Amino acid sequence: MRRTELAAVLEAKGISKRFPGVLALDGVHLALLPGEVHALVGENGAGKSTLIKVFTGVYHPDGGELRHHGAPAAFGTPLDAQRAGISTIYQEVNLVPMMSVARNLLLGREPRGRFGVIDATKMYAEAARVLSGYGVETDVRRPLRTLGIGAQQMVALARAVAVDARVVIMDEPTSSLEPREVETLFGVIRRLRDEGIAVMYVSHRLDELYQVCDRVTVLRDGRVAHTGPLAGLDRLKLISLMLGRELNEVKADGLTRFSRDRHRAADGQGPPAVEARGLTRRHVLDGIDVSVRPGEVVGLGGLLGAGRTETAKAIVGAMPLDGGQVLVAGLPLRGGSTTAAIRAGVSLLPEDRKAEGIVPTLSVRENIALAALPALARAGVVSDAKIDRMVEIFMRRLRIKAASPNQLVSELSGGNQQKVLLARWLAVRPKVLLLDEPTRGIDVGAKAEVQALIDELAEEGLGVLLISSDLEELVEGADRILVLREGAVVGELTGDEVTEERIMATIADDRAHLDGDDRGAVR
Amino acid sequence: MTELTSKPAPPSGARSMADLKPRIFAWVQDYGVYAAVLALLLFNVLFTPHFLDASNFRTQFVQVTPIVIVSLGMALVIGTQGIDLSVGSVMALAAALVALYLGYGALPALIVAVIGGAVVGAAGGALVSYVGVQPIVATLALLVGVRGIANVLVPQLVEFRNPELIALGSSSVAGIPVIVLIAAALTLIVLFVVRRTTFGRQVVAIGGNRSASELSGLPVKRVLLIVYVISGLLAALAGVLATARLQASDPTSLGLFIELSAITAVVVGGTPLTGGRIRVLSTVMGALLMQLLAATLIKHNLPQSWTQMVQAVIILAAVYATRERANR
Repeated sequence: MRRTELAAVLEAKGISKRFPGVLALDGVHLALLPGEVHALVGENGAGKSTLIKVFTGVYHPDGGELRHHGAPAAFGTPLDAQRAGISTIYQEVNLVPMMSVARNLLLGREPRGRFGVIDATKMYAEAARVLSGYGVETDVRRPLRTLGIGAQQMVALARAVAVDARVVIMDEPTSSLEPREVETLFGVIRRLRDEGIAVMYVSHRLDELYQVCDRVTVLRDGRVAHTGPLAGLDRLKLISLMLGRELNEVKADGLTRFSRDRHRAADGQGPPAVEARGLTRRHVLDGIDVSVRPGEVVGLGGLLGAGRTETAKAIVGAMPLDGGQVLVAGLPLRGGSTTAAIRAGVSLLPEDRKAEGIVPTLSVRENIALAALPALARAGVVSDAKIDRMVEIFMRRLRIKAASPNQLVSELSGGNQQKVLLARWLAVRPKVLLLDEPTRGIDVGAKAEVQALIDELAEEGLGVLLISSDLEELVEGADRILVLREGAVVGELTGDEVTEERIMATIADDRAHLDGDDRGAVR
Repeated sequence: MTELTSKPAPPSGARSMADLKPRIFAWVQDYGVYAAVLALLLFNVLFTPHFLDASNFRTQFVQVTPIVIVSLGMALVIGTQGIDLSVGSVMALAAALVALYLGYGALPALIVAVIGGAVVGAAGGALVSYVGVQPIVATLALLVGVRGIANVLVPQLVEFRNPELIALGSSSVAGIPVIVLIAAALTLIVLFVVRRTTFGRQVVAIGGNRSASELSGLPVKRVLLIVYVISGLLAALAGVLATARLQASDPTSLGLFIELSAITAVVVGGTPLTGGRIRVLSTVMGALLMQLLAATLIKHNLPQSWTQMVQAVIILAAVYATRERANR
């Protein structure tokens, strides 16, 4: 114990942080050792983000002590922390999208030629060399925004490490990565570890923690619930530590909160609540047919870029189409109008909560009421009483944790923001809800609540189209799964076929089959 | 909750400057303009002779009226992340139209002028929302073009003797000039629209996050169009009132640079240029602050260059407070 204290690069000793009405951190001890990958897990509101912000100089602790290489440290600003060798990779990439990849990587450290002019040739060569070590093989002269999110994240990581970081903090680094990119990232993380860098890894994906982390600290309600080696810590035990629930309780529920039985309505052959026929858009969608019956949860499976998000957007008219139509209760929907879709009872919970979901300048209350405003108004004048009543009902039903309905939505945790968006959609009483990654980036507790809610809504007769990269969630949540690949439906799984293995097999099978066809066509 | 209250409060010394700063900025953004107006009034009451005279107040209010009316529309436009540079030219167009149609009577002339403003606003709004031109470019084109049209319609200053229009510009009700009452009424209407109507809430939401608003089924393009129409309407109305007060139509110079005064009023009032918030009363206060400041410095015999420099400092302070808060 004594040895680890001496060796720690960065250490929190009894750190407390108070916000108005909340004790976000309560005497947290955490030591980051050189050459370890340390997982930090916990539900939303457990204090993970706050702790990271204390480590990186964004927040100043109200109590306790921060130690850096064994000496007391106080980072006045994020820049101080960076200078001390602490780098953070956030969920959103903090780079300059219009500048070239090379400039982003070497920003502020460009190789200079004579007269202090940037030596472009050298810069590009250097950037290409560094990035190839991170599995990014691209033309480094291209603007950063032309890269995929995964590659952008690698650039951010490469940049952080190149600035001589001794501590790298990663907040949900894999949330927008494809499996192949995740592998590369893990390779990089292991390399950093071997070089003696301390890595703090924050993620909701337990699989990843077990693959790459050495130790784990579990935060719950602002306190450390557990800290220790990860190997040998049972997965269910870890979940129970995070949730603060008993082990057998977790086991009984399974890992997701979906009930095991299929929905009643799913067996019936009633008319579909929404039916899309031949949705086509060049390079994106290739004649997709989807239908959702009332009370049915239809899953869309497939790899990233298979056209799942695009299918959902096309159905609600948020993406222009070259062909195809959407029928709601047998009647065709006017294309290209989300207003028409919503009026007909079809709503989309978008994948990107921040960019397409919340209105950050507005309160929780106004965000919930947004889509339902016309229904809450008479002659264009909104009724505050009606809104208050509705908001109260939804905040209670979805257990939205906010100081008050008037708190800014941008101040809430990701899980609560997602619940606000769900409330926004439920407030317009949809017949069909399209959910694009409804539990991405939210904590285990909120995830379980959202999953339970989806189940409950389907029981009440709502049709749900569920898009999820989490296979477990897809399999346990959906009654029927359509597997997409390159903008086309390549398989439908029903009943007992709805398993993770079958989804993966369908994707893989079809790939082989298509490849064969392609070859045949060329010859 | 009990757990929280039973804990001893953190020592106040531990609360560093960095925690206090955002709150100060938030306060400055929300109430700074009111405090500044009050401070300035207090200063004048103490140090400026005859400041409390009714005639002085009248003059100040009458002078600031066109800016207030124009900045109401500007606040809406800025709330959608847009900007409307065409307002000054719209005032000139309104002045020209009034002069041309005064033969049919004051009211028809006023109606034609306001319709003209709405048409210009619709043109700008259509460019912004349906064609997708950036607001600054679309309205810059209108700033140049519409002033040209106004000058073609009425090439030089035209005086008029229509008693109704003159009365609109110079009469008072209960000692308050009619045009000030009109500005006050318009302020209340815009305030109501922003706070209590579906349209107003949609304007703010679109400014806060356009994609989210689109996915939420808001008629984004129509709302944007209407916002620019309102701005044009208000600018035209300001043009008519200013013309009535001058008792002459002067399309060459009426409303020159008023877009800058209006943007200043909005910014000083604490409305962020990044959209998503609209502060109506603070915008009016921002216009008043700039007016009072100019009047105060003039009354103390300081040259106009001083006024400009002090105004610059105030604008910077307002932007700084808004930005610091957004960075939090």
